[in-house]
Amino acid sequence: MNISLRINGRPVEAEVEPRLLLVHFLRERLRLTGTHIGCDTSQCGACTVHLDDRAVKSCTVLAVQADGCEITTIEGMAADGALHPLQAAFQEHHALQCGFCTPGIVMAAHELLGRDHVPGEPEIRVALEGNRCRCTGYQNIVAAIRSACERS
Amino acid sequence: MTRATPADLVGARLPRIEDPRLVTGRGTFVDDLQLPGMLHLDVLRSPHAHARIRDIDAREARALPGVLAVYTGRDLAQFLKAVPSAGGMEGFNAPQHHVLAVDRVRFVGEGVAAVLARDRYIARDARELISVTYDALPAVTDPEIALTLEAPVLHDDIGSNRAFELRIGNDTEAAIAAADRVVRGRFVNQRVIPNTMETRGAVALFEPWEDRLTVWLSTQAPHLMRREFARFLDYPEHRLRVIAPDVGGAFGAKNNPYAEELLAAALAVRHQIPVKWIEERSEHMLVTSHARAQTVELSAGVRADGTLLALHYRLVADMGAYYHAITHIGPMMTATLMTGAYRIPHAATDIVSVFTNTTPTDPYRGFGRAEAAYFIERTMDLIAHELGLEVLELRRRNLIRPDEFPCATPTGHVHESGNFQLCLDRALARLDYEGARREQAKLRAAGRYLGIGFATHAWRAGFPSVPGGKGYITSGWEKTTVSVDPAGKVRAVIGTSPHGQGIVTTTAQIVAQQLGVLPRDVRVVHSDTDAVAQGNGTMGSRSLVVGGSATLLAAQQVRAKAIRLAAHLLQLDPQRVTLESACFSDVGDPARCITLAEVAAHAFAGPRDLPEGMEPCLEATALFEPANFATCFGTHVCVAEVDPETGMVAIRRYLAIDDVGRAVNPTIVEGQIHGGLAQGIGQALMEGAGYDVTGQPLAASFLEYATPRASDLPHFEVELTETPSTVNPLGARGIGEAGTIGAPPAVVNAVLDALAPLGVRHLDMPLTPQRVWRAIRDARA
Repeated sequence: MNISLRINGRPVEAEVEPRLLLVHFLRERLRLTGTHIGCDTSQCGACTVHLDDRAVKSCTVLAVQADGCEITTIEGMAADGALHPLQAAFQEHHALQCGFCTPGIVMAAHELLGRDHVPGEPEIRVALEGNRCRCTGYQNIVAAIRSACERS
Repeated sequence: MTRATPADLVGARLPRIEDPRLVTGRGTFVDDLQLPGMLHLDVLRSPHAHARIRDIDAREARALPGVLAVYTGRDLAQFLKAVPSAGGMEGFNAPQHHVLAVDRVRFVGEGVAAVLARDRYIARDARELISVTYDALPAVTDPEIALTLEAPVLHDDIGSNRAFELRIGNDTEAAIAAADRVVRGRFVNQRVIPNTMETRGAVALFEPWEDRLTVWLSTQAPHLMRREFARFLDYPEHRLRVIAPDVGGAFGAKNNPYAEELLAAALAVRHQIPVKWIEERSEHMLVTSHARAQTVELSAGVRADGTLLALHYRLVADMGAYYHAITHIGPMMTATLMTGAYRIPHAATDIVSVFTNTTPTDPYRGFGRAEAAYFIERTMDLIAHELGLEVLELRRRNLIRPDEFPCATPTGHVHESGNFQLCLDRALARLDYEGARREQAKLRAAGRYLGIGFATHAWRAGFPSVPGGKGYITSGWEKTTVSVDPAGKVRAVIGTSPHGQGIVTTTAQIVAQQLGVLPRDVRVVHSDTDAVAQGNGTMGSRSLVVGGSATLLAAQQVRAKAIRLAAHLLQLDPQRVTLESACFSDVGDPARCITLAEVAAHAFAGPRDLPEGMEPCLEATALFEPANFATCFGTHVCVAEVDPETGMVAIRRYLAIDDVGRAVNPTIVEGQIHGGLAQGIGQALMEGAGYDVTGQPLAASFLEYATPRASDLPHFEVELTETPSTVNPLGARGIGEAGTIGAPPAVVNAVLDALAPLGVRHLDMPLTPQRVWRAIRDARA
């Protein structure tokens, strides 16, 4: 099947099998390997990307379902060589260790920046229910997100 | 002239150098690698816990377009050796472990066939077409049952499921017999799954005309893997390159030469085409090392006033179906640390290790020490309750005092130095212990159940070399080379293999402080066996303690040479030269100075421009071998409330006071503690890898296995104390494993403290709502 979509602002056209997962399309066809695969039951969130401005788990989206859509991956977050405020906050607050879950968490946390208030710790922790990290214990991730929300 | 270097980089909360690439998704993990013509390896796994393989029909699979080959265990046995296990140790009854099962499978998930195909989708299609006929056999997953005569025997060549028996310690019988009171108990440290966020994977490239084999491996010990892969393949080690790219967590589970990884390398050589194998999560839960799985029956001999006289454990350790590299070491480590932070003159563990039809066990953060801390800290609370003593009073009576170091234990460990009371006092002050007990009483009066639980843990980090040099881990030294280039920039080559611990940053801090440069001017090279000649990897909280010490020594040597050369250039006595803010200057006249860059430029000149006897170049290699493990210690306090209606446990406060000896980067240290606490609390409250009676695993995905999420965890209150260690030049103590060691006993002690008024005396982990609720109901009956 032919699909045509925009990825990180650029038009992309491709011929794909109907069963090809979006995450494999991004990683293997387009070599955008910042989006990671951490599980096979849609629970870990490492594969989170933005599809038409919504955070989705790309392991549970078929590439054909993204036809005509606008996708942003972690590679599309930094602009003109400068880190996105969320990314900068993650470095400032030591919110990553091995870095494997990080792209997915940044993409999921982005949604919190759009809320009309600065979320408190409980709200941030609940918002991260779809993401798993095994290294950080989440404390610094929560601090980083809160800091980025305060500044935005 | 720049004076930009912070006065004290060691101890600074420097943001990590590792972060920019990781936070922008520019890391390179094994699955990110794509080589031209690369094939995908996919393994078909046994759905049975114990079965004979009658027949494997792979004809349809082989015929599928895009499939290069399908291998069975029988095929591989023609040209492959067995998987290395138990580090080749004698006396440990190591059963033969085939890369793919030949006649028999012994745990659910054991590989039986492997497909090599053009891409992962075709490989999966082919895998589904392989037809295997099994004759199911009775399975046994409970180690105590596996020890009985009626149990099915896994390994005919061994004849029983008893893997090995060992006693560690001195005589305890007489002391127990003479004690005022004997306290008995049974504690389970349940099987858990490390569940790194990045599963395992390997990419192997064989270049016959270069006579070189390269393996990119998600591992924590590239040099140890190089040796193991070379032996397995009969390939010359000096032509084998192992690279650990970015590794998404390891925690001890990536410290083993696994079957699929060895197979990927073997097939890359055989077919002379690059091969990639990437593990799926459900595979990971079945075949990557499980951990803990130890049960202790204890007898403690005590005086009426609570003085510990003797402690005896019968420890049953579940090895799983086969040994991995150091599976057998786990219970030995537990036994060696059984006395924890306490003075116990008689202590011994009788280890019984058992094979069962389950996934093999191997290290997990806190290997042996977490189990030991759990058993002793639960025992202390048990003794306190039986004697009617306050839990802290009992601990204080028995904690080794600051003036008693070095303190030898009956199990062969020597605590080199410490101040256990320091952390306990600090924890109680920060908690406001009196206030917490008042709060507890107030809530009890209102029908609410709050508990306070302690762990005053002591463990050890940074293993020394093992005399005799046998087994998987033989040497404990580390080697660092620090070299300055003609432009004054620095390269540090280290033998540890960080995967989240921030070692690049802390190495840069140590070197930059010695040489007066900026951390970003220090490039740290690691995890590539071509670039780093020798090393012993990252494990057992050794990277800073041992590796950092080697780094410090090498940097100091370079600094000393730089000062001598600067003195020569300034025409001063070297004693008059200091290095401040990136400049070598005259103590008496700081305006006369020369930068490291200027010194370095001269260092590459010929002998006549250098001081008498000085060789060109500005580099040094230093080795550090620890004389003993560094003693690590701390006090954790958990304040938890239990809802008796639902059995749910809510942690209201968690305090972790740990002594790190010397914190090179306190932020990184705290991050290590946070991560360990999450895993420790996970083990205490929600994790567990059980099996049903037929040997089917109960946890094979994140649907069944609950690693904690952000909403499952409290905010941690972390404090560091710094009592310098005596066994390394940094004075550092390990910290990476502190959280998994302190949290399980602190949490369980807290919950039992909460439920004491309801008559609940005992609970085993995980303290799921179901278990807690049931225990409350049973106590009420």
